[in-house]
Amino acid sequence: MNRVINLSTHVLAILWALPLFGIIYMAFKDTKVEGFSVTIHNFIEAWNSAPFAQYYLNTFIIVIGILAVQLVTITLAAYVFARMNFVGQGIVFLLYLVQIMIPIELLIFPNSSTIAQLGIYDTKLAIMIPYFISAFGIFLLRQTFKGIPYELEEAAKMEGCNRIQTIWHVYVPLAKPTYIAFGLISVSGQWSNFLWPLIITDSDSNRPLTVGLAMFAKASDSGAQWGVVAAATLFVILPLLLAFFLFQRQFISSFMHSGIK
Amino acid sequence: MRISERMKENVTSWLFLLPSLIFLIMFTLYPMIKTAYLSFFQSDLSTDKPIFIGLKNFKMMMEDEVFRKAFINNIWFAIGTIPTSVALGMVLAILVNRKIKGSALARTFFFYPVVIPMVSAAFIWLFFYTPEYGMINKLLTLFGAGELNLLGNSSTVLIAIIVMVIWKEAGFFMIFYLAALQNIPKDLIEASHIDGASKWIQFRKIVFPLLMPTTIFSFVIATTNAFKTIDQLVVMTQGGPNNASNLLLYYIYESTFRFMDYGKAAAATIVVLVIMVVIAAIQFFGTDRKIHYS
Repeated sequence: MNRVINLSTHVLAILWALPLFGIIYMAFKDTKVEGFSVTIHNFIEAWNSAPFAQYYLNTFIIVIGILAVQLVTITLAAYVFARMNFVGQGIVFLLYLVQIMIPIELLIFPNSSTIAQLGIYDTKLAIMIPYFISAFGIFLLRQTFKGIPYELEEAAKMEGCNRIQTIWHVYVPLAKPTYIAFGLISVSGQWSNFLWPLIITDSDSNRPLTVGLAMFAKASDSGAQWGVVAAATLFVILPLLLAFFLFQRQFISSFMHSGIK
Repeated sequence: MRISERMKENVTSWLFLLPSLIFLIMFTLYPMIKTAYLSFFQSDLSTDKPIFIGLKNFKMMMEDEVFRKAFINNIWFAIGTIPTSVALGMVLAILVNRKIKGSALARTFFFYPVVIPMVSAAFIWLFFYTPEYGMINKLLTLFGAGELNLLGNSSTVLIAIIVMVIWKEAGFFMIFYLAALQNIPKDLIEASHIDGASKWIQFRKIVFPLLMPTTIFSFVIATTNAFKTIDQLVVMTQGGPNNASNLLLYYIYESTFRFMDYGKAAAATIVVLVIMVVIAAIQFFGTDRKIHYS
């Protein structure tokens, strides 16, 4: 019985891995010859026929830009919800909960018109701006902040720290694991974002990798080109996969962390 | 003194909330109100200014064959993806939680689809599904079976997409279940073992009930996902053939950016928002507060 279970674990794992090996095989396969011979020609052709370097740069700027702003906004809001009392607290807290209920992805229609009204259509700012706040991040961090002993805050006050200094010197260092967890989830999520940047951009100078890949594939829509599209797909997923394989423990514990409330 | 201090705390609180509140209002709260408002107006290429038409957008939407199809498809899509990927997540977690050779590697393989973008996953599966070149067809022809155009056939396209989404999502739920499994007290399992309970009884009477909060949490996430992710449709099917793989958000996307029918897009957005609120209400009132965010 145990043997059967072990075997089925392995069979399932192989099934799950097949798509990855499939795409690697296609990307390295030389389509010009019968049978299988390894070539990097597909990668060179993909790299040369679309501005992938630009896409990489755009994705980096977008992902880092979003995270940088998020870290500031979620820290301040999480601190308020964890430690401060103010008039209107209950209602404001509910407003933030709304964003957990209604994912921003569903609001593509009204948000795209807001972007047009702001006059920032087809900019990197337009891709980033709706994500400058993450209610998920705020609640995650609030939970951590609440677990930090209040005596530490009082001690900091005695030393003459103001609120900002207290947050910076007491709360931020102690919440490092939560920041790492949130950072990994934010970065991998934004790296993967597709529909919003597709809607809101119109030029290669602003398109992230995901949108660039889709545009590129649409342009080369025939079977003979598939090795090239496979290579381009690997451009998009390789950094994520590498990071995942290298920091697997961290990745998995981050996602675990996010699930237990 | 005390009053001025309380005053100060109030001001500081609002000051600290301001940066996040601005973006929350701009891109979550205001758009919801605007959408609700717009759903009562005719606003498309033929109108200069939005014209108030009451509930006509909703009526037209209900009569729209494509909307009805997208709605029904989305329900099938939800039924096809939610229980399967959650159940599979549980099974995978139980499988890799045992200390056997290769279980760490197996966990890696189950989880990597979660990390990669949906668009690239869509391309990978496109290679699998496509006739002639696709790997599934190559396998079929190897066994002498005929050609199968899974994405081009309206009776198979939704199933093909469901399979791909299950592959992409199951590992995500596996992680939640792994965390929950590791929190189950070992002596509980040992005690039942001493009492002579079989593995199946152990699972049914101890493990499964203890995993219930995780199951509910996963169901909520999976349900939200079933309505908010349509990247794969843009790449694989464009909602076709014959709208057989059209989903609600894709319908909104097309109404907005292809047909520029903003009244209709607003009405359809309202439908999705109502579904989300219902799900949230079920979660809030129907479950233990412990697994809620507050």
